[in-house]
Amino acid sequence: MLDLIRLRLRQRTRPADMSADGAALPERFRGRPTATDMARSRSLPVIDLGRSVFAPEELAERSDVAYSLDHRMAVSSREALVMDGGEIELAAALSERMRKVLGRSLRLRSVAAGSCGGCEAELTALGNVVFDMGRFGIQFVASPRHADGIVVTGAVSANMREALEKTYEAVPDPKIVIAVGACAISGGVFRGSGVVADGVPSSIPVDLWIPGCPPHPLTLLDGLLRLLGRL
Amino acid sequence: MSRDGFLPLANRRCVALRDVPEMRASDLGVELSSAVRDGWRIVSLFGTPESASLLRLIAVLARDDAGELVAATAIVPQEYPAIAAACHQALRFEREIAEQCGAAPTGAPPLVPVRRHAPDHAPSGWLPTVPDRDAFDVDVVSGEEVHEVAVGPVHAGVIEPGHFRFQAHGEEVLALEIVLGYQHRGVERLLERCERHTATLVAESIAGDTVIGHASAACGAIEALARSRKTPRAQAIRGIALELERLANHIGDLGAMSGDVAFQPAAAYLGRLRGECLNLLMTISGNRYGRGLIRPGGVGFDIPQDLAAEVVQRIERLRDELAPAIRLLFEASSVQSRFEGVGVVTGEQCRANGYVGIVARSCDVARDVRHDFAYGAYRFAQIPVASAWAGDVLARALVRRLEIQRSIEFLLEQVPALPRGAPRVECGPLQPSELVVALEEGWRGEIAHVVLTDAGGNVRRHKVVDPSFHNWPALAGAMPGNQISDFPLCNKSFNLSYAGHDL
Repeated sequence: MLDLIRLRLRQRTRPADMSADGAALPERFRGRPTATDMARSRSLPVIDLGRSVFAPEELAERSDVAYSLDHRMAVSSREALVMDGGEIELAAALSERMRKVLGRSLRLRSVAAGSCGGCEAELTALGNVVFDMGRFGIQFVASPRHADGIVVTGAVSANMREALEKTYEAVPDPKIVIAVGACAISGGVFRGSGVVADGVPSSIPVDLWIPGCPPHPLTLLDGLLRLLGRL
Repeated sequence: MSRDGFLPLANRRCVALRDVPEMRASDLGVELSSAVRDGWRIVSLFGTPESASLLRLIAVLARDDAGELVAATAIVPQEYPAIAAACHQALRFEREIAEQCGAAPTGAPPLVPVRRHAPDHAPSGWLPTVPDRDAFDVDVVSGEEVHEVAVGPVHAGVIEPGHFRFQAHGEEVLALEIVLGYQHRGVERLLERCERHTATLVAESIAGDTVIGHASAACGAIEALARSRKTPRAQAIRGIALELERLANHIGDLGAMSGDVAFQPAAAYLGRLRGECLNLLMTISGNRYGRGLIRPGGVGFDIPQDLAAEVVQRIERLRDELAPAIRLLFEASSVQSRFEGVGVVTGEQCRANGYVGIVARSCDVARDVRHDFAYGAYRFAQIPVASAWAGDVLARALVRRLEIQRSIEFLLEQVPALPRGAPRVECGPLQPSELVVALEEGWRGEIAHVVLTDAGGNVRRHKVVDPSFHNWPALAGAMPGNQISDFPLCNKSFNLSYAGHDL
């Protein structure tokens, strides 16, 4: 028992800082692309974050735009992911009414639909002691009936489409849909393979779009907190 | 020594396709069956269209203790005598061939879907032969007190989709059937059709927790076909990344298994330490899973001296923080009693069905590509094969514990002593009409990428075998006799990939 307590003290508490400049990301991290000085003097760069898998090569030949260390890039509409001039309009909070319905908690149901498992791994990481979404009242629940909304990952494979639609229908109204990762937004690297729907179908209205391949847990948490009007 | 009738191969060495000996399909079945009896196992068995009405089957076998790898081929019409009729280990491969290529093997157990999709590698004009997209392979158990529990594809946790059917008597599981295919994204077709850079990105997305493993195997095959020779530095960096990936997943798995038996302290500490490994990969590659690092011809990011010093320091800290957390898990009697004797896989089952990786090593079947088919950095820095014998959840946890220690030792030896050389070299056009097998010991087990080129030097077939393809039946086989409530723990101790299986 003493050993347990000693180890507990040595492991300390380590929640991640969610303030604007709290994230200490390494130099090579590929966060939200921003316009370089080259661009400011010339035409404005256009880039679609919803299609990006943030591969190093994607921007290697562009002098007008480069990856930054900024992890924040969740938005409220598909159009907002198409960055014009290197600027982005980050996600807005839900309506006053919706936030009142939710109170201080947000219960989500995860649906993986034709993914590689990477985005789910980062969603799982939100529950560890560093990102600890529980401290903000956010939790993944076991049934759509218990949920305020769903988090969709993956390019929506033909074999998962029906299950996704049924899960969405099973969530009581009013409900939220969050599309996580390049696959759920645009099909990602699987776009056009013929056996995926290239992302969440239009029959399911999305409230929050979180780009990335996979998005960093801080990107996810930032998006969720913006949706709840906490940032 | 090799096997009569087969062509000897080596890991990542190309052979001309015309040199691969051709057999009749009926002989291939008999040959595979006798090879399995002699201690060989099927690495891969797949089909690719040969002409408008013929299919070429290619079989790759391995004998791990002797480090031998061989191949043979057969050219068959749509209906041919089933290989699985003679060789049970070929059954799932043959079902996959029927589904992917529209073949109709006769005389075998009934065809059931593997992933539920239309044929995408069929000779033109062949119609699908796998009859019912919804057919299940349930061993139906009947009786008054028998009940069925169906779970998924949408599960209770944040995990990938799969459908599980338990036939149970009270709490005791009598049979478990696992239905997969929900994650099917058409990976092999994309690898074959896309240009090389896009194909590399697809290879990184075969299984999101095995980015390094799959990308290295895919690039290894392409580099062999292009006769591109990586520098020792690039090989060392790939080895480092692969071991970091193994660390992250093994530590995460031990934490998750701890969580599944409600032992919270170890779950919390190990969950965070998994993140430290991912953060190390991010420091090197800019992505927590190492995306962007493995590229044809080498690696996309170098590890300069000051970065290497930082990495070493962080691994030493990780080692020091990890040891007491892992000890805590293994010394708790409440954990021991939940881990012991649950979900047993025996050595005989393993040898008969060709299981790989942690599952094989935990029932005393020492199979490790890094040792048996050493490649890259592993030719110079050997990692001892970790094994346990009981084949239960505890054994799979023990193997992970040993591998964590050995990966850390490997990293502390390799990172400070990186050889000289360019991180990345040219990787040009592919040689025509060749075949190559690239094996990689991913953290789950053996990853096999088999690539064939056509007469024009284009990729004709890119076959991917994730260790999960071999090992899913092991989970189904380990459950009968256990309680349903032990399934989450048992499942986590295998931690198989849905995406890697479904492709």
